[in-house]
Amino acid sequence: MDLDKSVIGLKSEKYVFEVEKRHVYQFASAIGDDNLLYTDQEYAKQSPYEGMIVPPTFPVAMNNGDVELPLQLDHRRMLHGEQEFLYYQPIRIGDRLHCQMKVSDLYDREGKSGKMQFLVLDTEMKDKQGELVCISRMNIIYRQLTKT
Amino acid sequence: MIKEMELSDLTVNQKIEPLLKPPITKVQLAQYAGASGDFNPLHLDDKFARKIGMEGVIAHGMLVMGFLGEYVMKIAAQQAKIEKFNMRFGKMTFPGDEIRCSAIVEQKYEENGKRYIALDLTAEKNSGEIVGAGSAVLQLLS
Repeated sequence: MDLDKSVIGLKSEKYVFEVEKRHVYQFASAIGDDNLLYTDQEYAKQSPYEGMIVPPTFPVAMNNGDVELPLQLDHRRMLHGEQEFLYYQPIRIGDRLHCQMKVSDLYDREGKSGKMQFLVLDTEMKDKQGELVCISRMNIIYRQLTKT
Repeated sequence: MIKEMELSDLTVNQKIEPLLKPPITKVQLAQYAGASGDFNPLHLDDKFARKIGMEGVIAHGMLVMGFLGEYVMKIAAQQAKIEKFNMRFGKMTFPGDEIRCSAIVEQKYEENGKRYIALDLTAEKNSGEIVGAGSAVLQLLS
């Protein structure tokens, strides 16, 4: 079944994500990223950020896995085509961010193997004042399954 | 290690010194799975990967983007903040692959009194196959 435009605007439940130092350390280590901004408080204090922040792609780890969109998706058809991050404020260790996923767009393109749909899923992350901190934007190619 | 440079001195079309990452290991994929929450067995279980036609596990695409993110922050250093960062996923990456991150200055501009640098980014294997391509916009500080 293909998706239709009515999915645009669907939202998940809101959830709170707490940015923990150990998690950030593990994430940076897994990448092999030794930037002291993520691990050394004294170093980070002297930086323009004035404190420890997270690596640029850390927002992808900011979903406990139990939050989902009210949408039935066939995961076999999903290909993560592009990822984008929009940063409005630094994400800091110790932040408690209020997050919500939403379907921002759905559009079609003709591909070699027929019609492809593109689904844009945004996770908006806000601070306790409701100010936007980051948008993590996933562009998913929702393609026809190859007949076997 | 990337030499720190004066960002305001960069010129359009200038190539920035690349970052070469060590070969990807299966241990690294397990660590990345744990840290990112992406436990898709395609990245962790050779048997599963072979069942669906692969020779073995493949690296998380977002690990490659993590490499580019590391690179962009090295370029930004203490002189700029990342405002926007994106990557389109390319060829599959496998354990053993060494990824080279490179950048070209695509644009320098001013907007609302702030100065920006737009970078075109590439992540590629030794073979020259592109595993990720994208861009970042840096806002110069001070």
